[in-house]
Amino acid sequence: MHRRTPGQAMSSGIAALTALVLASPSAFAAWDLNLPVGVTPISRIVYDLHMLILWICVAIGIVVFGVMFISIMRHRKAVGAQAARFHHSTFAEIAWTVIPIVILVTMAVPATTTLIKMEDTTDADLTVKVTAYQWMWKYEYIEDGVTVYSTLAPSSRQAIYEDPTKVENYLLEVDNPIVFPVDRKVRLLLTADDVIHAWWVPELGQKKDAIPGFINEMWTLIKEPGVYRGQCAELCGKDHGFMPIVVRAASEDEYRAWVAERKMAQAEQAALAMHSWEKTELMALGEKVYVTACATCHQLDGDGIAGAFPSIRGSEVATGGLQDHLKLVMDGRAGTAMRAFGAQLSDVELAAVVTYQRNAFGNATGDVVQPAVISAARNLNTGG
Amino acid sequence: MSTSYGAHADDHHGPEPGLLRWLFTTNHKDIGTLYLWFALIMFFVGGFLAMGIRAELFMPGLQVMDPHLFNQFTTMHALIMIFGAVMPAFVGFANWLVPMMVGAPDMALPRLNNWSFWILPFAFTLLIGTFFLPGGAPAAGWTIYPPLVLQGGANVAFMVFAIHMMGISSIMGAINIIVTILNMRAPEMTLLRMPLFVWTWLITAFLLIAAMPVLAGAVTMLLTDKFFGTSFFNAAGGGDPVMFQHVFWFFGHPEVYILILPAFGIVSQIIPTFARKPLFGYESMVYATASIAFISFIVWAHHMFTVGMPLSGELFFMYTTMLIAVPTGVKVFNWIATMWRGAMTFETPMLWAIAFVVLFTIGGFSGLMLAITPVDFQYHDTYFVVAHFHYVLVTGAIFAIIAGVYYWLPKWTGHMYNERLGKWHFWLSTVSVNVLFFPQHFLGLAGMPRRIPDYAVQFTDWNMVSSIGGFAFGLSQLLFVYILVQTIRGGERAADRVWEGAHGLEWTVASPPPYHTFEKPPRVTEAEAHG
Ligand code: HEC
Ligand code: HEM
Ligand SMILES: [Cu+2]
Ligand SMILES: [Cu+2]
Repeated sequence: MHRRTPGQAMSSGIAALTALVLASPSAFAAWDLNLPVGVTPISRIVYDLHMLILWICVAIGIVVFGVMFISIMRHRKAVGAQAARFHHSTFAEIAWTVIPIVILVTMAVPATTTLIKMEDTTDADLTVKVTAYQWMWKYEYIEDGVTVYSTLAPSSRQAIYEDPTKVENYLLEVDNPIVFPVDRKVRLLLTADDVIHAWWVPELGQKKDAIPGFINEMWTLIKEPGVYRGQCAELCGKDHGFMPIVVRAASEDEYRAWVAERKMAQAEQAALAMHSWEKTELMALGEKVYVTACATCHQLDGDGIAGAFPSIRGSEVATGGLQDHLKLVMDGRAGTAMRAFGAQLSDVELAAVVTYQRNAFGNATGDVVQPAVISAARNLNTGG
Repeated sequence: MSTSYGAHADDHHGPEPGLLRWLFTTNHKDIGTLYLWFALIMFFVGGFLAMGIRAELFMPGLQVMDPHLFNQFTTMHALIMIFGAVMPAFVGFANWLVPMMVGAPDMALPRLNNWSFWILPFAFTLLIGTFFLPGGAPAAGWTIYPPLVLQGGANVAFMVFAIHMMGISSIMGAINIIVTILNMRAPEMTLLRMPLFVWTWLITAFLLIAAMPVLAGAVTMLLTDKFFGTSFFNAAGGGDPVMFQHVFWFFGHPEVYILILPAFGIVSQIIPTFARKPLFGYESMVYATASIAFISFIVWAHHMFTVGMPLSGELFFMYTTMLIAVPTGVKVFNWIATMWRGAMTFETPMLWAIAFVVLFTIGGFSGLMLAITPVDFQYHDTYFVVAHFHYVLVTGAIFAIIAGVYYWLPKWTGHMYNERLGKWHFWLSTVSVNVLFFPQHFLGLAGMPRRIPDYAVQFTDWNMVSSIGGFAFGLSQLLFVYILVQTIRGGERAADRVWEGAHGLEWTVASPPPYHTFEKPPRVTEAEAHG
């Protein structure tokens, strides 16, 4: 009987494997292969450039591997080939140095013009400052005075250890999406508060790093209304995979309406800080803040992660002097992942989360921290 | 008996019996063997971590490990594969082969050689031991960017010291190789008669000496930033986190050529042998290698196009990176021209070498795509990059190492390996490695970032395919170990010139070679040198 060579046996193996894979649950059927064309003028140019280079590579591959394949078929001892003795050809060697250079130059020209366009951030209609934190985004609309914090949606967070296929836009949904007006040049100023992150929405055609101590620039001009999703693209620690970006592109009117609505909410927040809060109210809000802002490190049960993030349960800080606790949460601790929350959280939220930490997880200090205490602490800090 | 007589007697007889032989050996063949075993073990440690990563990525959601452990796995996987598997494997080849190829009795600095090796097990014990520290192993990626890496605890210190030890080991090894090649050649072994493997290692050794101290400096600054209050990379203290990336990649890009030039050397030995035809364009191969090495020092910032460089900087690094494709192309064309009108046979080493040429070239194509800055803004830090560097590292460096092992194993052990099993190993690995890494191009283009433990559901299908390929590739490597052990234990006797078309001094000595070879410099004819 004829023995099957490894090669033949393998090909039937691949057929079986392919069948197995294709039979996987159709719930995830999405065999995406290529870069999205995107919705900005730049993203389309980038896509075209990508396809151009790809096809050039494919063409070179066909020629090079084709020659090699012919050689393998014809110049083998098994078909009686005799080895030639040549080992040099000036003509060939010059040709295969010069031709690649010519090809490279044809690639470099469109690449250069595109790059020049991408780096031109002048004449923007709107500026948004993006600050990255472990692990959320802050967006400040400079002209319109709106500030938005955006973090992984609770629906996704709950599904991580359960069934991700059940939630819509798993890991690509946030609690507060941002809105950009279509047909407006939006300039993004990127920075970070703790470690390096990168802001990336594939449909907008570009990503850029957000680096502490630096401000990077990038611009976009969305042509089509819609919802565009992206993710942080630079390893930023434990929850790097869990900091999505959602941009809704809408008409100018819708954008204006959204700005007005956000401003109302901000005013309400400010009003809330004025009155005195019940402990139960503070605890309820505090838990919410804790879950979104603190639990990624200190964990939902307050036990932290040994060696990385300390436990809040029985913590000396959370059961010790109130001022020290406040200071730590507001100013953070330099050189550790415990960052300053003073600027990120409002007075009410800070009051609530500190109250929560001092009374939850068996930390029965009984302390109630009013928002007024926080604003007093802020004034003290600024020396006012 | 005085020790100097003892040492002298050792020169003429075989190795010392027992385990101490391996501890105290200064013999280049023994040390080569130690390096190769060490690399194989590290390949399996790093491979185990890779299997863990692929298991977690098989499905969306977290099933196998939490995100913090996942980050430790990717970081340690890469550090172990690069510094523990690929680099020591190439040094193992250099130890075994460089003296035999240039007609020298041993390496120029044998005691230094012993040290270079024996530092490594200690370095890796330190590094791998960090898994058992509170807070775990380093988790900031093998690129160890601050400020993130500084959020690690004690592991920062362990990792920095481990990297220092690896660096010392590499630099000592590199010095030894340079001195051996420049000073110990047989009189008739002129520079342009040296086998290409020797040339590529000579150039690699210079890269090592230039690059490793840069890494050592960078990690030392991390150490003082973390423990001694300096602010080299801390913006709040007036430092610059991007500076670290520049310094790191000034090391890092030459490093990737350290990982591939010796592979070029190995493949340039194998293809002429099985094509039964001299290497095409020997001199242009040497010049291409040297120009790649030079250009590799002026392309580093192509790893950091998204950090926000000035336009002129981006253009400069784009052009230099594209330029490096030219000498790399010359190499590929030369290999194919060597095959052209040869009389080829396809024994296992040749199969691996041909797969190297094809798959490394695919990695080169994706590299060229990544060089185009405006498009790299899309590709960067996605699975497209993961696919790219695995094509050049796994189907490049690792495939060349395996090709070289099959090629010289009969020389080293005196036994032929099992050809049928070798072919099975080849086909299983080549198919599975493509199932493993090719779909990662699609994932990256479709928008999946790298270094994430969990992903959106639309990435599920290709991740499943990739994981299945990964498990198959991992399992196939067990066959490799089986073949190795089988060959070492016995098998058909290998002739001195194991392969019909092989040329070079290593084939003029017995298989296995005596403990000491070329105590008198051999004659070197043009025919033996170039075939
Ligand atoms: C990115 C991770 C991270 C987040 C998010 C985080 N912390 Fe921390 N936290 C830390 C680390 C790390 C420390 C330990 C700092 C040190 O080494 O002194 C810490 C320490 C603390 C401590 C002192 C514990 C002790 O016993 O030493 C308190 C209290 C605290 N954090 C409160 C908070 C609050 C309130 C929030 C949410 C508003 C929060 N943290 C969010 C990482 C984090
Ligand atoms: C058994 C075969 C291998 C498998 C299945 C495998 C798989 C992986 C995976 C899944 C990642 C993580 C990607 C991410 O999340 O960013 C990774 C990263 C990496 N691998 Fe491999 N790998 C293999 C072999 C190798 C080899 C042989 C090398 C080196 C020679 C290597 C070098 C790297 C590097 C440099 C990284 C980047 C790590 C980082 O993000 O810091 N891999 N590998
Ligand atoms: Cu991130
Ligand atoms: Cu590079």
